[in-house]
Amino acid sequence: MKKVFSRPKSLKDVPFHYCPGCGHSVIHRLVCEVIDELGIQDKTIGVPPAGCAVLAYNYFDVDMCEAPHGRAAAVATGIKRMLPDRVVFTYQGDGDIAAIGTAETIHAANRGERVTCIFVNNAVYGMTGGQMAPTTIPGQVTTTSPGGRIPLRDGNPLDLSAMLALAAGSVFIERTTVINPKGVNRTKKAIKKAFQTQIEDKGFSLVEVLSPCPTNWKMSPAESVNWVEETMSKIFPIQVIKDVA
Amino acid sequence: MRGRIEIDRERCKGCGLCMTVCPKKRIGISAKLNTKGYYPADFSEDNSSDSEKTACTGCCLCALVCPDVAIEVYREEKE
Repeated sequence: MKKVFSRPKSLKDVPFHYCPGCGHSVIHRLVCEVIDELGIQDKTIGVPPAGCAVLAYNYFDVDMCEAPHGRAAAVATGIKRMLPDRVVFTYQGDGDIAAIGTAETIHAANRGERVTCIFVNNAVYGMTGGQMAPTTIPGQVTTTSPGGRIPLRDGNPLDLSAMLALAAGSVFIERTTVINPKGVNRTKKAIKKAFQTQIEDKGFSLVEVLSPCPTNWKMSPAESVNWVEETMSKIFPIQVIKDVA
Repeated sequence: MRGRIEIDRERCKGCGLCMTVCPKKRIGISAKLNTKGYYPADFSEDNSSDSEKTACTGCCLCALVCPDVAIEVYREEKE
């Protein structure tokens, strides 16, 4: 029998530290598959965030440069401007890109920096214990909103991808999920297109991935998949938000 | 077209997402713990001795959703 599915070459052969059912590791794998397919392993530079994916440099077999919390877009800008022939991507969670890193990200998009952001949205601050994030949806229970998020008191969820779509420098922004095989395939296609957009020197690209966090949502992996499909994707619709590439 | 999967018991964390997507329902949870303390997923075939009658088609859906890249998929090549 022929092997038809195995670990991509640019994903190191080490076990992930993520919780059972976490979406991070699926997204790591998809990024590595795209890197393999485009044949850019030796000229890709990644910028991991602060958050659960802070140890992403242990998994990607490409050059990585850790950024301070939220500053990945700024660090990526610096790398890309010094080494314009490299493919530079940032890998950030919602607490990183949509809270502390909002300014850096919006300005990088507005300047049209040729970098790709992978934005993993799980609606909580995962690493610090499941506190309310800007992307937490109304009614969602977190450790700092035990009665559920109330919009009048806690504000409404921030749709960062839609904000970035307003910036003139952004050319490709899509929101996908990794909760089922269809979503996984779509996410891979989106990541590939985002990387190609950068290689063709067109402008800023971002892929937002709705990712389950069973541990902090206090759900089983199967329940959290359903929650993304039935509740979270109503607030963050799965769609191509901007495509002028 | 017949297939087979191999689940790495030590990499699997028993999240069970592969079970929910398997169209043939050939994946269950093992009764034995792995060394990390998880009950890993377990692949079983009723007719494992006869490769013509196995249920697995090697569709890769389990491997696509597996968060820990613990599944390898093998498929018979078309004649």
